[in-house]
Amino acid sequence: MSKGFTPVIAGSALGNSVAAPVSPKNIPNRGGEMNPSVDALRRQFSNAVRRADVVWGETTVIVDGARVHDIIEWLHDDVSERYDYLSDVTAVEFRDLEQPIEVVWHLRSLPFRRFLRVKVLLEKGAPMDVPSVWDIYKGADWLERECYDMFGITFAGHPDLRRLLMWEQYKEGYPLRKDFPLRGRFSRSEQLRQALAANPEARYSKEELSIADAFEDLPEDMRRRLGTGERTGE
Amino acid sequence: MATTKRTVDVSLSTTGLDAQGRPQRVPLVVDESGSPVALEAPPSIEPDLEGEHMLINIGPQHPATHGVLRLVLELDGETVVRCIPHIGYLHCGFEKIGEYRQYNQIIPWTDREDYLNSPGNNVAFALGAERLFGLEITERCKVLRVMACEMSRIISHLVWLGTTSIDIGAFTPFLWAFQQREVIYEMLESWVGARLTTSLTRVGGMAADIPDDFIPKLTAFVSNFPKVLGEIDRIITKNGIWVGRTVGLGVMSPEEATNYGLSGPMLRASGVAYDVRKDFPYLDYETYDFDVPVGVNGDVYDRFLVRMEEMRQSVRILDQAIKRLPDGPVNVVDHRVILPPKSKATSDMESMIHHFKQVMEGPRPPIGEAYVAVESPKGEKGYYMVSDGSSKPVRWRIRPPSFVNLSAIARMVEGHLLSDVIAINASIDIVMGEIDR
Repeated sequence: MSKGFTPVIAGSALGNSVAAPVSPKNIPNRGGEMNPSVDALRRQFSNAVRRADVVWGETTVIVDGARVHDIIEWLHDDVSERYDYLSDVTAVEFRDLEQPIEVVWHLRSLPFRRFLRVKVLLEKGAPMDVPSVWDIYKGADWLERECYDMFGITFAGHPDLRRLLMWEQYKEGYPLRKDFPLRGRFSRSEQLRQALAANPEARYSKEELSIADAFEDLPEDMRRRLGTGERTGE
Repeated sequence: MATTKRTVDVSLSTTGLDAQGRPQRVPLVVDESGSPVALEAPPSIEPDLEGEHMLINIGPQHPATHGVLRLVLELDGETVVRCIPHIGYLHCGFEKIGEYRQYNQIIPWTDREDYLNSPGNNVAFALGAERLFGLEITERCKVLRVMACEMSRIISHLVWLGTTSIDIGAFTPFLWAFQQREVIYEMLESWVGARLTTSLTRVGGMAADIPDDFIPKLTAFVSNFPKVLGEIDRIITKNGIWVGRTVGLGVMSPEEATNYGLSGPMLRASGVAYDVRKDFPYLDYETYDFDVPVGVNGDVYDRFLVRMEEMRQSVRILDQAIKRLPDGPVNVVDHRVILPPKSKATSDMESMIHHFKQVMEGPRPPIGEAYVAVESPKGEKGYYMVSDGSSKPVRWRIRPPSFVNLSAIARMVEGHLLSDVIAINASIDIVMGEIDR
């Protein structure tokens, strides 16, 4: 080990008096010990914290969509919280279509060995828009892009919110929404037709082609087709 | 380019390495006294092209991308200026399909997601579903699952080692690693009848108890495998080519690695001691005696060292698991989730009803949600499941570790050479089945 190297050790902020963690046993469905960060959040952002539950031993805190960026930033920066690890960003839509869509952040505080689930409820009909946490956690980049791709939730402030798993010209909508049928919106024959008609030239985005200064040199009709991703005029 | 100063004691007797362990440039032209003569670069044949950036496409059908990953690279000469990764070529909508399946029916899907680590995925999913059902599994089941997890960690790391060594130019470790992997696959086949897609667990227990000859086979593996690992260690750890092609590549600082959400060997190689088995334990991992290897420099070489040591630690855990494996039932006795014996179903009314309810409707967890993470070979693998009280989950979310690890590739390859992109990409240990799902 080289000199001056200090490994970042999970649980290091707890001190030696706290016993090593053990596998959880006999967790109740509701109730149990709440993550102490919730009290701190209530003190700091009294009116933005709407509700806090403990479900199967995991603390969930439901907060205001407008303040969620400030809340996560505070959780990340505050020395007594230090939620320095973003596990996951995802969303949940319920089968009951009246129920709001939930956007879920799973945060971990490695130094304090804490786990916190932060949720924002998006009412149906309201704009599906939440702030991005990309400026706090770089790991949010693809997680937010995937969430946008699958649910159509836009993350304001994300630098490059494009489709990730589906291709950019995908027209069927957002696959993980409950109104999206399991087999897709288009018929098999239509899906096949689109797959065969897809233009291999369009596999490069305009931005990528501009790297090689190739885009400007392309013929006019090819440039137009690259924009739409389909073979036209044949 | 970010380089790391370090000395690796190379045991080959070549003069081809400098003090930093990097390959030395051998002068092509020397004068009479033997000292090198600097040659001027020949004038460019096409001066117009100087300073122009080039677009290079790697994949999706390229053997060194370990699946259907596509990288679009902007090159200045041979140096990567920008990397734009494209994924999704293997997207099959696992999470969507999971919403239409009962909990036990999802287990075969977890095999196909990170297909080098199927037993580990089965265990992770079962743990998540059991949290959602509020079940406590039996002691024997816990130990069997630990065995499954550690065996699958070894096979996954062996595939990583073999394919990475091929990418970097060493063929022999590949053959040795795959021979050992075969031993574990044969054991898995004798256990559940399948090699790659094991579907090893059920909610509340296992698909089957281990066969009689399983423990002797595992004991033999535990005693043989460290020897093979030592041989692989001897031929590549201090090999000049290996060191020259891995040291100082793709460096991530501890803060950066945490911020990018890296996990598993990728995070630990950067010097962050975070292992789900130690910090958020499950399956009584806190009662096993094992160490978590942590790297220093966070480069490709450290990731290799961390994975090698993890395999040795897995052998230690397997050894302890063999010694402590208790007798007793494997499955919980809770007929809401585990079928009563078949003989009873035809003679006992209540058992018949349980059979009917479970097969026709499937077990129903109470309303709730659970995020259960395990330490998979690639990192923190989490299953987030939401139940509305019906027999199918409302949402089954996979937190794929190699997806998040891969998202940092654009940052890691910046400023490196094109040939180093292959080594850095290999060091992430990606499985596209898990990334695209």
